[in-house]
Amino acid sequence: MSQNGALLEVSDLVTRYPVPRGLIGTIARRPRQQVHAVEGVTFTVGAGEMLALVGESGCGKTTTAQTVMRMVEEDSGQIRFRGRDITGLSHRELRPIRREMQIIFQDPYESLDPRFRVRDTVEEPLLIHSEGGSGKQRTERITEALVRAGLTPPDLYINRFPHELSGGQRQRVAIAAALVLEPKLLVADEPVSMLDVSVRAGILSLLDELRKSGLGILMITHDLSTASHFADRIAVMYLGRIVEEGPARDVVRSPRHPYTKALVSVVPKRDPRDRTEPQILQGETPNPVHVPEGCRFHPRCPIAIDDCRATDPALEPVPGGGAEHRGACIRM
Amino acid sequence: MSRDLLRVEDLHVWFDLDGGGELHAVQGISFDLAEGERMGLVGESGCGKTTSILAMMGLLPSSASVSGKVILDGVDMLEKGEETVAPHRWHDVAMIFQGAMNAFNPVKTVGEQIAEPMLLHGTASSKSVASARVRELLELVGISGSRAKRYPHEFSGGMRQRAAIAMALACQPKVLLADEPTTALDVMVQAQILELLISLTHDLGLTMILVTHDLPVVAQVCGRAAVMYAGRIAEEGPTQTLYHDPRHPYTRMLFAATPDLYGDDAVISIPGAPPRLDRELVGCPFQPRCDSAFDPCPSKEPRERSFDGGHRASCHLNELPTAATVA
Amino acid sequence: MSSGPPDQIVPLNEANVVVGPDAPAEIAVGPRSLMRTVLLENRAAMIGTIILVVTTLIAIFAGVLAPHSTTEQIGPVYAPPSSKWWLGLDDGGVDMLSQMIYGARISMIVGFAGAAVAMIIGGGVGIVSGYFGGRTDIALMRITDYFLVIPDVPLMIVFAAVFGRSLLNIIIIIGIIYWTSTARLIRAQIKSVRERVYVKRAQSLGAGHNRLIWKHVMPQVVPLLVANTVLTIATAIFAETYIAFLGLSDPTKSSWGRLIQNSLSGGAIFHNAWWAVVPPGLAVTVVILACTMVGQALEDAMNPRLKVGHLSVRRFRVRPFSARLDTR
Repeated sequence: MSQNGALLEVSDLVTRYPVPRGLIGTIARRPRQQVHAVEGVTFTVGAGEMLALVGESGCGKTTTAQTVMRMVEEDSGQIRFRGRDITGLSHRELRPIRREMQIIFQDPYESLDPRFRVRDTVEEPLLIHSEGGSGKQRTERITEALVRAGLTPPDLYINRFPHELSGGQRQRVAIAAALVLEPKLLVADEPVSMLDVSVRAGILSLLDELRKSGLGILMITHDLSTASHFADRIAVMYLGRIVEEGPARDVVRSPRHPYTKALVSVVPKRDPRDRTEPQILQGETPNPVHVPEGCRFHPRCPIAIDDCRATDPALEPVPGGGAEHRGACIRM
Repeated sequence: MSRDLLRVEDLHVWFDLDGGGELHAVQGISFDLAEGERMGLVGESGCGKTTSILAMMGLLPSSASVSGKVILDGVDMLEKGEETVAPHRWHDVAMIFQGAMNAFNPVKTVGEQIAEPMLLHGTASSKSVASARVRELLELVGISGSRAKRYPHEFSGGMRQRAAIAMALACQPKVLLADEPTTALDVMVQAQILELLISLTHDLGLTMILVTHDLPVVAQVCGRAAVMYAGRIAEEGPTQTLYHDPRHPYTRMLFAATPDLYGDDAVISIPGAPPRLDRELVGCPFQPRCDSAFDPCPSKEPRERSFDGGHRASCHLNELPTAATVA
Repeated sequence: MSSGPPDQIVPLNEANVVVGPDAPAEIAVGPRSLMRTVLLENRAAMIGTIILVVTTLIAIFAGVLAPHSTTEQIGPVYAPPSSKWWLGLDDGGVDMLSQMIYGARISMIVGFAGAAVAMIIGGGVGIVSGYFGGRTDIALMRITDYFLVIPDVPLMIVFAAVFGRSLLNIIIIIGIIYWTSTARLIRAQIKSVRERVYVKRAQSLGAGHNRLIWKHVMPQVVPLLVANTVLTIATAIFAETYIAFLGLSDPTKSSWGRLIQNSLSGGAIFHNAWWAVVPPGLAVTVVILACTMVGQALEDAMNPRLKVGHLSVRRFRVRPFSARLDTR
């Protein structure tokens, strides 16, 4: 996918949350603190492309997705959707854009209204956007969406309540509801992490087919194996930044950033013979309230040098790699 | 190495259902474990893996009934139910519950909570003995002993999970049952916890059963694994053999449904869902979802067959003359 | 990448519905079917409902049911119960049974209407406060706190003294006093429902407040509101009784509370006329009990925290080792 004319272009996105100071904090006038959830993130998603944002919890990947969906207000930066900057648009101006970008959530048990039949859930987007014409035409579109989401024959599912469906089926209903407005971009926030192993592949293959049909997909996941299998490109996030980005194969097979290297080394492999010496980083991701100076990874980095404390590295093409493979480390 | 520190023989668990009838959650599983061995118990949710280890601890509700033997050092713990299992619980067999890291009482210090079972079970005679032991335990799981006086919210997720492991080790058990110990954790923390569990089995000679739905975790941590389906063990053997030479299509399909970091093969889901366990199963329980089912599968229950190297599986394909082509 | 056989696309028959301990614990039911199940299956709730329905019918058809006038003397003062007057006569020689029947009317009106006022104010405040949150929430909850700390009885006395002792005023004062707990309960419930993912999903689709409140949030709150209202009816009936007992009720309307007050001021106790005191007292008790039984059952059914099972009960049974043979 070429960079220009990308479906979604995010540049220098920053999203911070205030930390509640509490009563005592307010009285004592403690300085206001912020969670630096997303700190200058830049990426693009093209039509027919799947980008996986990979990282551990607290790295800001979900906040990035929610900011892109304008569910959370950004502090600065640009989100261009089909060439138009959608930051700063009002609720009303956003409405037509919301039709074209849809989100599916992690927990299929939580993301469907328990009192809504499948039909009502899939019909809701049409009603909100006063689309779909007569009742009969709407039913047609609902059926179509269900078929596209792999719920065939649709008659079997259309009158079910969520509690009558399995987790995989529920996630498919959520996908059908996202597809019914024929969006251009789909944001999938950990779409399979709550599902049983045996059904994950089906949901992921469905997303893969949608991607092939021209949808741009931004997938949020903590699972590098899934990302390496299904995404075109992978962006690895650490403490609100993208530290490495590139074609999925390159990132997984020849990681260049020490964090990605460590991450790749600790992912358990299916084959017991593939047991590699895991390069375990000590401690856990620091609190995003107090981001380390310089390179934010240096306190845990096995190859950090003095310079790392001072320089905050930018995302640059890796030496000897493809043009699209970029990393943020001065020691690459 | 003696083969049987722990031996489970034909373990069954039934649950009474509200509307009458019962649910046969565990349908006769058998395996044995040597001292210091790590075995994985894998399968989809609802396959009875958690129920099996709860039964081994005697931690079942009043709606449950159990049969079978759980023999530890030659003694059947389940012989008379609660009466015979209670003396062994925590002392010989301990468990890390799923989500244990989130089950700490927020208003008590972590140290107090680890000391509690010791004082209750009489392994520590006094509070000072207990607190010394708590420090020891925390150091053992990689937490500085001075943190015993901290509250759970001052611990990160990974540290709370370590503390939960320390709590399970409080009474110096021989067998540790770990139920999804890394499920809610990030990969890096997961790796730390798995390393810890491995080193504990080395250093303390602890025998471990690791219950998880995550095949790669078992592949990396356990020498042996049992794949459960519909309350039974479909296949059991060394993890390497299970991956390279599976004798049950379910094992093969489960591996094929798991994406691998470097694998290029297509990831294929298993169609359908596990059978209901509140009615009698006829034939092979996996047959409706199996890609290699043939004539006898729907009607005849497959016999368990043993192969070289402590490998066994229950599949009709193994009865065919060309059994080598099973999977 | 080949997609392989699609998962899960199996005909949904009962064979692939997951049951057992691993099945999803929460099974959603509509508010109506939930109430139906509770009222039919919970014995206490069923008895309570029957009592309430019978009392309401008596109140409605008081004119037909009452055997005598409620104002005219039909026999001697404090005549004991007999076949002519089943519940005896009061200090004015008026039939107690007829007064009881008409008293049901006033007590039930005050109970239902007072609870309705409390529900409307409390429900309204709770919804606005819980749904919109932020400053609106803080302001409304502060007001609620003020109402919560006002002592009930002095407020009632002052209100009756200032605005007069009419039936409508009693209903209003009961509503004003008892809306606060409803508001807090509803606010808490709405706040938790509002955080549910499906509400967020609808919001990300561009759904407006109207749709979110009425389609997604309210259906989860209505059963709780109903249960709470039923419990408030009991409180309101009791409140009416003691307002009347303090002599602050509408002098032209006779309720159960007023009957008790009459019997005391008329010296029923000195005349050993238990029939003038016990029946109205018993009626109040029984109706309050009925409301509590229904309301509590509904609340229990809806509050998942009250239904958590524990592993600590270890009275599991051991079957003989050969049990396997019996089950195959």
